[in-house]
Amino acid sequence: MRFRTSAAVAAVSSLALLTGCGAADMTKQASPFANAQGAKTVTLSVQSWVGAQSNVAVAQYLLEHELGYRVDTVQVDEVPAWDALSQGRVDALLEDWGHPEQEQRYVKDKKTIAPGGELGVTGHIGWFVPTYFAKKHPDITNWKNLNKYADQFRTPESGSKGQLMDGSPSYVTNDKALVKNLKLDYQVVFAGSEAAQITQMRQFAKEKKPFLTYWYSPQWLFKKVPMTEVKLPPYKEGCDADPEKVACAYPHTPLQKYLNADFAKKGGKAAAFLRKFKWTTEDQNEVSLMIADKKMTPEDAAKKWVDSHESTWKKWLS
Amino acid sequence: MATITANPPRVGLPGLLKHRAVHKLLLLALAAAILVPLANARWASGTWPSALTVDFSEPLAKASDWIIDNRDSHPLFLYFFGHVSNVVVIAVRAVYLTLLAVGWAGVTALGALVAWRVAGVKLALGTAAAFLACGLLGMWVPTMQTLALMVVAVLASVVVGVLLGLAAGLSDRMDRVLRPVLDTMQVLPAFAYLLPVVLVFGIGVPAAVLATVVYAAPPMARLTSLGLRGADKEVLEAVESLGSTARQRLLTARIPLARKELLLGLNQTIMMALSMAVIAAVIGAGGLGDRVYQALASVDVGAALAAGIPIVLLAVVLDRVTCAAGEKLGAEPEPHSGRGWLLALAGVVAVAVAGRLAGRLDWPDSWVVAIAEPVNRAVDWMTAHLYSGVPVIGGTADWAGHFTTWVLDPMRDGLQALPWWAVLLIVAALAWVIGTWRTALTAVLAMAAIGVLGVWKPSLDTLSQVLAAVAVTLVVGFAVGIAAARSDRLERALRPVLDVFQTMPQFVYLIPVVALFGVGRAPAVAAAIVYALPAVVRITTQGLRQVDPAALESSSSLGATSWQQLKQVQLPLARPALLLAVNQGLVLVLAVVVIGGLVGGGALGYDVVFGLAQGDLATGLVAGGAIVCLGLMLDRVTQPTERRAKKGA
Repeated sequence: MRFRTSAAVAAVSSLALLTGCGAADMTKQASPFANAQGAKTVTLSVQSWVGAQSNVAVAQYLLEHELGYRVDTVQVDEVPAWDALSQGRVDALLEDWGHPEQEQRYVKDKKTIAPGGELGVTGHIGWFVPTYFAKKHPDITNWKNLNKYADQFRTPESGSKGQLMDGSPSYVTNDKALVKNLKLDYQVVFAGSEAAQITQMRQFAKEKKPFLTYWYSPQWLFKKVPMTEVKLPPYKEGCDADPEKVACAYPHTPLQKYLNADFAKKGGKAAAFLRKFKWTTEDQNEVSLMIADKKMTPEDAAKKWVDSHESTWKKWLS
Repeated sequence: MATITANPPRVGLPGLLKHRAVHKLLLLALAAAILVPLANARWASGTWPSALTVDFSEPLAKASDWIIDNRDSHPLFLYFFGHVSNVVVIAVRAVYLTLLAVGWAGVTALGALVAWRVAGVKLALGTAAAFLACGLLGMWVPTMQTLALMVVAVLASVVVGVLLGLAAGLSDRMDRVLRPVLDTMQVLPAFAYLLPVVLVFGIGVPAAVLATVVYAAPPMARLTSLGLRGADKEVLEAVESLGSTARQRLLTARIPLARKELLLGLNQTIMMALSMAVIAAVIGAGGLGDRVYQALASVDVGAALAAGIPIVLLAVVLDRVTCAAGEKLGAEPEPHSGRGWLLALAGVVAVAVAGRLAGRLDWPDSWVVAIAEPVNRAVDWMTAHLYSGVPVIGGTADWAGHFTTWVLDPMRDGLQALPWWAVLLIVAALAWVIGTWRTALTAVLAMAAIGVLGVWKPSLDTLSQVLAAVAVTLVVGFAVGIAAARSDRLERALRPVLDVFQTMPQFVYLIPVVALFGVGRAPAVAAAIVYALPAVVRITTQGLRQVDPAALESSSSLGATSWQQLKQVQLPLARPALLLAVNQGLVLVLAVVVIGGLVGGGALGYDVVFGLAQGDLATGLVAGGAIVCLGLMLDRVTQPTERRAKKGA
């Protein structure tokens, strides 16, 4: 036994020695890959959708080419990204779709995250059908007529009901409750990731098959697969307060940026630039389409946008 | 004569087995006759009775909140976890900076020269080519990040594994305590580890390294213990008679005698760590895994492949080099081995310095071959032509639809319609017939735990997908394995293909799988088959090839056709290997259930991904726990006890 205790003591003390004695600060945990070779590094979090990739690609390009930083990107979903921001593992989150709980915890209570202002893009979630189908059956665009078309939306996965395709588990969704509360003859099928959902939508569109899907704007895919929104009962402030009883549409959300509090204070030019970064839905879609559809690398797409929109980004650097 | 030696086990064993199996089943039926009416009277319900569930979501949510609120202030974090995290970060950073400082030429030279000393010229050339390919694909920096992560994770796994293995190898009591722990660690799907470590360490490198250690240390521990226990008794006695202390005996005799097992353990640990390095991308570990994962977001198979190939290359090189080192162990040491190493070291230093002087530390941007575009075009062509409208056989979308409606749906509905006690009885019967009452008890308890966790229905949904995937895997795997066992040429041709499928990160083939089979459970099953097939093919081939050649010869001299030979001699004699293939097929299929969740598999896999994405520990941990229980149950149901001790690797 004595051997084991002494080994434990040795292990703990060598841990402490290695990292400098005393308490370790869990709020200052930069990535081991940051600031290598004497370059200043900014670590940006990327979310799994292409719009978020576009924000990061352009910010990365300007940080590297105009301000001389080195940029590391890490793919994390929004909620874990909040956690990573508070620990300093990433410096910025450029597109947040509204997480009041996290905001309360980290921005107001713990003050480890600082708001970074608006991104300039307004997000909206809704239910969509392909426009080729909406043209043939104009009344599909009202939720009251959805049940009439349920069997046209049937797939092997949804069984005897119509399929309402949902996407990644990281998205905000009330769809299960909506289907139940609006008494719709539909089954929510989770594609499990945006990549799977997009791939399936494109396959459907190629064959001009009808489908009903949870989707959101801004999104580049609208340019490839034109879609029409199905009107749900209108959104009113607070109608989505109880997740079990939701029976209304999704709100329009101005997307927000957030910075690690320490980085916001000491991040110098990079932090100032990221706070000023603000562009439009069209700008974002332009870059997204280049990345996702033309399969350009995010860097090339960002370069192309930067070369043709000097007046927009010059303002972010001043 | 030899046919006689082959015959008795075929006739005798099954007879004996049947006899014992009937006994066990009768006993079980008796127990059921008493217990089922009781259970039915008390909790009359088809699915798991809600009275018997425990809701863990509240305490888990509280625990998660407590950790997040106290992570920056509680002494446990400030003085323990914080330091662990810092040590990991510092170590990974040190390795990463060293690799960058040595430069691409230096790293390539280092890899090649180490391979040359350990495994010969051929592998040295292969290693150099592999490193250069990583650069050519434009993945040099991510490859170095992954390598840095791997070095630290493997070192830590080896230290932990050897310590556990020493304890288990030297003390019988420790062995008994550790064996079920290691068993459980091996059947746990990797994703189940991610949530708890993320909670404590947050996302990023420290969590990734620790999750990797949990995953990769068990084989090292097992093989260390196996090596220590397997040491030649006579040698040990001789050393003891010389009057050495226990510690001297350990250092001078037992450990050196076990070095072959130690090296095999290192090999296994490296392979497992590498497969985890990719999964760890989900929790923000960076490196190649992250590139694969990011490429998924823009539905870009080509970019994912460009990041996936370096992982395959690293895995193949590391596997071959450590294997070659193991084979060389028994041989006489070369006369000038010291000088060779010195020469190698000098070569590396020279190349690194030259690279530095030439200012060529970073991989030049212009030396990048863009493979993404042609790959994407090929994938598009394939899916456009196979998805639907193929004459006669129908498109892949039709197959997927039929598979869902005719196989998956009935299986799921059937399992979910079974009364809960019937499921427990079936599990008990299967596990008891093939093993002992202990394995049966473990299996039943694991299944019951799923009910108690409150995820009975989704678990049976997942189980139906796993069973369907395993069935297809076994049919295809046995067929290919038998073919490969009968033709050396086919086996040689298959080897690189199997290597690629075994080590290619699963994220890479998610998009093609969806493009071919649509969203739902069918693509999830397809992804699982792709992942589990190589192991089943390998084990089958090996098992068939190890059948005593004498038995084969004598049967052919008696005029047996090659089909008769296969059916009556090879397959029965290879039965243990085939059973192992079934077991491994199940475990591997279960390991990709979570990946299935990403393509519409739903059920437990989706819940685990949901938990990670939403930071919702209650959902994620409970689903992860249920996958673990399913794994334990399936392992016990398919693993005969007598082979348990040999499970080593």
